[in-house]
Amino acid sequence: MINEGVDNSKRQFLTSALTVVGAVGTGFLAVPFLAQMQPSVKAMAAGAPVEVDISKMETGQMIRVAWRGKPVWILNRTPEVLETLKTLDSKLRDPQSLESMQPASSKNPGRSIKPEVFVAVGLCTHLGCSPTFRPEIAPSDLGEGWKGGFFCPCHGSWFDLAGRVFQGVPAPTNLEIPPYRYVSDTQLIIGEPEEGKNA
Amino acid sequence: MKTNWFTSSGNWVLDRFPLTKLWNDHMAHYYAPKNFNFWYFFGSLALLVLVNQFVTGILLTMNYKPDAKLAFDSVEYIMRDVHWGWLIRYMHSTGASAFFIVIYLHMFRSLMYGSFKHPRELVWIFGMLLFVALMAEAFMGYLLPWGQMSYWGAQVIISLFSAIPVIGEELSLWVRGDYVVSDATLNRFFAFHVISVPLVLVMLVFLHIVALHEVGSNNPDGIDIKKYKNEKGIPLDGIPFHPYYTVKDIAGVGVFLIFFATIIFYMPEMGGYFLEHANFIPADPLKTPEHIAPVWYFTPFYAILRAIPDKFAGVIGMGGAIVVLFLLPWLDRNPVRSIRYRGGIYKKALLMFVISFLVLGYLGTQPATPSATIVARIFTAIYFGFFLLMPIYTRWEKTKPVPTRTTEHHSIDEQLPALLEEITELKPATSEIDHVVFRSSFFSRRPNPTGIRHVLTRFAKKLVESLD
Repeated sequence: MINEGVDNSKRQFLTSALTVVGAVGTGFLAVPFLAQMQPSVKAMAAGAPVEVDISKMETGQMIRVAWRGKPVWILNRTPEVLETLKTLDSKLRDPQSLESMQPASSKNPGRSIKPEVFVAVGLCTHLGCSPTFRPEIAPSDLGEGWKGGFFCPCHGSWFDLAGRVFQGVPAPTNLEIPPYRYVSDTQLIIGEPEEGKNA
Repeated sequence: MKTNWFTSSGNWVLDRFPLTKLWNDHMAHYYAPKNFNFWYFFGSLALLVLVNQFVTGILLTMNYKPDAKLAFDSVEYIMRDVHWGWLIRYMHSTGASAFFIVIYLHMFRSLMYGSFKHPRELVWIFGMLLFVALMAEAFMGYLLPWGQMSYWGAQVIISLFSAIPVIGEELSLWVRGDYVVSDATLNRFFAFHVISVPLVLVMLVFLHIVALHEVGSNNPDGIDIKKYKNEKGIPLDGIPFHPYYTVKDIAGVGVFLIFFATIIFYMPEMGGYFLEHANFIPADPLKTPEHIAPVWYFTPFYAILRAIPDKFAGVIGMGGAIVVLFLLPWLDRNPVRSIRYRGGIYKKALLMFVISFLVLGYLGTQPATPSATIVARIFTAIYFGFFLLMPIYTRWEKTKPVPTRTTEHHSIDEQLPALLEEITELKPATSEIDHVVFRSSFFSRRPNPTGIRHVLTRFAKKLVESLD
């Protein structure tokens, strides 16, 4: 490298300018490289709504359907269950669902459009396991306090049959309620909000 | 001198590549302390397992299909229909667990003999980065068989990212590439598992060894062998790595392979600890298995996660349990390296740490009952106490004088004859048959109860003393 009779400030400027251009170029290239890991267009489109026929469901029965690859539960609650739900508020973390995710149409104590038909995304709000449906009252493994609900086997979170989380368990919020609406009395569409209301 | 084709082509290479220099710098003229004990096997064993994982891993990719519809069946295909596929797969899955056994022992050696201390801080940092990369590698590899445990394990661990405030949800979505763990996740984990992370591992191994050979190996006495050199500049307590330690390590490799082969051939699932039972059921995104637990090598950290009753704090605790290890060279304020000359307080603290690590590891495999959670909280406190209180208790330590040269310890086979003499006594000669066999010590001596009692009390006393 020739060091005599050199304009050092010019050399420094060119070095800095090249560094900046190189950094900007790398930055631009990083965008497509990182963005390609986002859900693909196909994966985003796969969130299509799912139609469910609930005419054959019996009282107390629960069915599971897949929506966006997630389990969605549809539970036909018995009148006894609906009565029990009203008595649990003091043991729950968020009984009024103020901090939880649900469409406006389900933001009520029973967390559903029709009181008896409960629809929820079956993934624990803690770390995403699918809780087990335990409708029985006071089973031996869960103890006297259990009035029927969902129990997450991974980290021991408790939810009642409206998907509301109990106090003192790891899950932070109630189970998520997906947007859904009734096409007819016995036909549900999961993934579409009720008309005229925002999800 | 007449040179044949072989030596001339060898010279052709040597004129163009510093092979002799590399060999001498890192093997033939690399002087390692002469007092290495069996704890020093695990570095070279880790390298052996790494090679095993590379070879078997490449062979597995030849028949494995990283597709959510095909993955589970392709693994079963490898197990049943590919010639020797079962052996290659079991070598890979057992190798993963063996890797962690070897690495945990390697790290414990460092805690005992202070190998992380000045001037080897960077060796320790590279080693810790290797440990983190290894955990990432193992975690992503575990998704590939696409069984129930693969699926829900990945679901839980990726959800950990979502606990980070503000960017968490977006970040976990970006990691998964879908709204749930899906084909996209499997495909990218395959790419990371077979290309990116192995490359990082190889580079870190290189850096780990370069940094080690710059400062030289530590030893069970924790002394600096470079202080005393002969007229040629060779450490008096050093011996060349090759042939001394290459040969010694081969003996270690032999013993290791006996255990390794026993597991591969007789208990490849290790009762559900190396390969979990639920993973023999294909992934079902609608149903979580009754009891989910990570593979055994993650369970101590998993137990810490569960012990903390808050989502974000739990993730911080789990990450902190690993981050705190990075800080070890600066947490330990005692300049004495080896546990042989350290105070009782460090020995007891290290013992408590090992117990807490093992208990947390056990609890992580068990369901989270309320009483188990309380025990996990106590041992989580001990785990962090070991590190966070270290700047305080290492100052109170009463250390013993550190020798200037390496010390010699009597090996077990030297002590054995004297020990046998002590715990047995001569039988009165009752046998009428006078044969050479009956004159051997096995027939002529009988156990001596008082001798055995003496040996046991002496051993117990030594054990208690060694904690001071």
